[in-house]
Amino acid sequence: MTTISKVRYSRRSMLKAGGAAVAAAALPAPMVWGQETKNITLRQFGTGVSNLNEVAAKVKEDLGFTLEMTALDSDSVTQRAATQPDSFDIADIEYWICKKVWPTGNLQAMDTSKIANYDKIVGTFRSGKLTPESVIAQGTAPHTVGFTTGVDGTEFVPEESGWMTLIPTIYNADTLGIRPDLIGRPISNWSELLNPEFKGKASILDISSIGIMDMAMVVESMGEYTYPDKGNMTKEEIDLTLGIFTEAKKNGQFRAFWKSFDESVNLMASGEVVIQSMWSPAITAVRSQGIPCVYQPLEEGYRSWGGGLGLSASLSGMELEAAYEYINWYLSGWVGGFLMRQGYYSAVPETSKDFMSADEWGFWFEGKPAEGDITNPFGQVMEKAGAVRDGGSFYDRMGAVACWNAVMDENQYMVRKWNEFIAA
Amino acid sequence: MQKNSLTGWLLASPLSLVLLVFLVAPIAMIVVVSFWGATEWSIYPAFQFDNYAFLLTSEVTYRVFVNTFKYAAITWACTLLIGFTVAYYLAFHIRSLTWQIALFLLCTIPFLTSNIIRMISWIPFLGRNGIANSTLMSMGVIDEPVEWLLFSDFSVILAFVHLYTLFMVVPIFNTMMRIDKSLIEAAADAGATGWQTLWHVVVPLTKPGIMIGTIFVVALVMGDFITVRFMSGSQSANVGRMIQNDIGLLQYPSASATAVILLITVLLLIGTMLRFVDIRKEL
Repeated sequence: MTTISKVRYSRRSMLKAGGAAVAAAALPAPMVWGQETKNITLRQFGTGVSNLNEVAAKVKEDLGFTLEMTALDSDSVTQRAATQPDSFDIADIEYWICKKVWPTGNLQAMDTSKIANYDKIVGTFRSGKLTPESVIAQGTAPHTVGFTTGVDGTEFVPEESGWMTLIPTIYNADTLGIRPDLIGRPISNWSELLNPEFKGKASILDISSIGIMDMAMVVESMGEYTYPDKGNMTKEEIDLTLGIFTEAKKNGQFRAFWKSFDESVNLMASGEVVIQSMWSPAITAVRSQGIPCVYQPLEEGYRSWGGGLGLSASLSGMELEAAYEYINWYLSGWVGGFLMRQGYYSAVPETSKDFMSADEWGFWFEGKPAEGDITNPFGQVMEKAGAVRDGGSFYDRMGAVACWNAVMDENQYMVRKWNEFIAA
Repeated sequence: MQKNSLTGWLLASPLSLVLLVFLVAPIAMIVVVSFWGATEWSIYPAFQFDNYAFLLTSEVTYRVFVNTFKYAAITWACTLLIGFTVAYYLAFHIRSLTWQIALFLLCTIPFLTSNIIRMISWIPFLGRNGIANSTLMSMGVIDEPVEWLLFSDFSVILAFVHLYTLFMVVPIFNTMMRIDKSLIEAAADAGATGWQTLWHVVVPLTKPGIMIGTIFVVALVMGDFITVRFMSGSQSANVGRMIQNDIGLLQYPSASATAVILLITVLLLIGTMLRFVDIRKEL
């Protein structure tokens, strides 16, 4: 292995991050810091959610090396991780993508003993249980694809083996977004998506692996069928689910389907759509235009997703060390705070607390009413004093997860059927 | 003789090489891959007809191809009508060459921006609360917003016509400019009415231009995917979108097979058209 001079955190970041300094001191891996690291460039790609230039800038400031970010949609991310292993050093992917990509051998597992905050990572990503009493939701739950046998392991193992496929970074519980001003009555079930009342004003996302889960939530809520496992449907179940939605589509239920974040924002903000599958920051984006939009908690629970950082199999030597360092930094709080102030959750929430004000922590994490204006990391006012987060606290939201985004055994069949649905 | 043939080969080789590397090789590759197999995350060399079997036996394929032809046919008719009219006006009603060129350049101004932007700008215009609907409502023409303006076949074709009419104008205008004006005069002297001159003199002489424009428009519409995706709100499919979906899901062999079928279809279509008009006359 390459020898690198020992390093320490810069004085500046120590002063800035009182709490993180404690975590930094506890890091077992020697801090790589020297002139050499300045020349290191790590290439990261992933979906738009966490590929933020602010993170790259902060990495440069705190760690010294350059992080190049590329944001792509979920399909392209999968494609690149599976087919172009040399085009990236760090893949920021979702767990269901991991299930698809891991068998290609393009990623290498991470030694959890080198992850300082490993023990503080939320239970969902380790044992699968948020709290000891939690029931594990259906679908590709992160812990089921989170561990493998060794650095080159190709099989997933159910227990905490010490070798993690992805280091969890960001996750959330998704539900339907609605325009309360245009609907004018309470919405409390997934089945409302297909309610003829919203004919021509509904939308669903055109990403098959996520869309099918939203559909399953709707079908169950309508009382049409109860799935043994929504995340792993049989061919008959796929036919049934898409059959119900194809009929709705032919009846003109949907205004449009969306594939990218911006499209969902535009559909909602322009009033083309009043109820649709949506992602948390899209709700925020609509609201920041002064348009009322609610991320409606529903009785049946949430459809959840989680993302993490994976290391390219070709990373080695100094770059690999730098990547570990980056991941440790990622979990040390600053990024967590940055993301949590946009409505996501951090894998190690307690470290993020130091990077958020008490009011922000109360609003975003504990579900308490905001005491003052809540601003996002870019300084925009998101909520006025007194507002309460839709769905409440972290444990209320993440504790009510009904299913995780998933890849099914019958995935290819599902995809073909999905294409037929779009063409119908 | 020997020397001449060597020079001939040498002169032809740069173009042949370029065509070989950038046209023939990629197409050959697509054909080869179309027989391969795919798993969820990888493709493996094989020689199997699965991709074609699935494609040609699926009812969806036919529906999507019919839809693609529908878009192409309607767009072709609209662009031809508008393109011919514009070109005719420029060529026969504008007297001075300076004005002809000035107006022609005017037609190209929208093309200085990206075609995605030109396409997307229709969305806020046609939307439920868009300018079109609010204008119509304030004029009292309609009582509530017209829904089919956006995310429908109408909006898809509108965008196609908007994007591709110029490809019809240019070749038609070019051919019309070459028509000997004395032929028009002769027709008038022989007592032909305006319509008769148009139909029996101008149209036959403009055919090569029309054909070139047709090839452009048909090829562009048949191969498009992004216009259909945005303007139909992902609700309609054409062949391009089918290929795009397959690529997104790493099903390259199946995407290649669809591409091969599309290529054959378009070649047949253009081949048929060329049997009616000799565009070499034009070139």
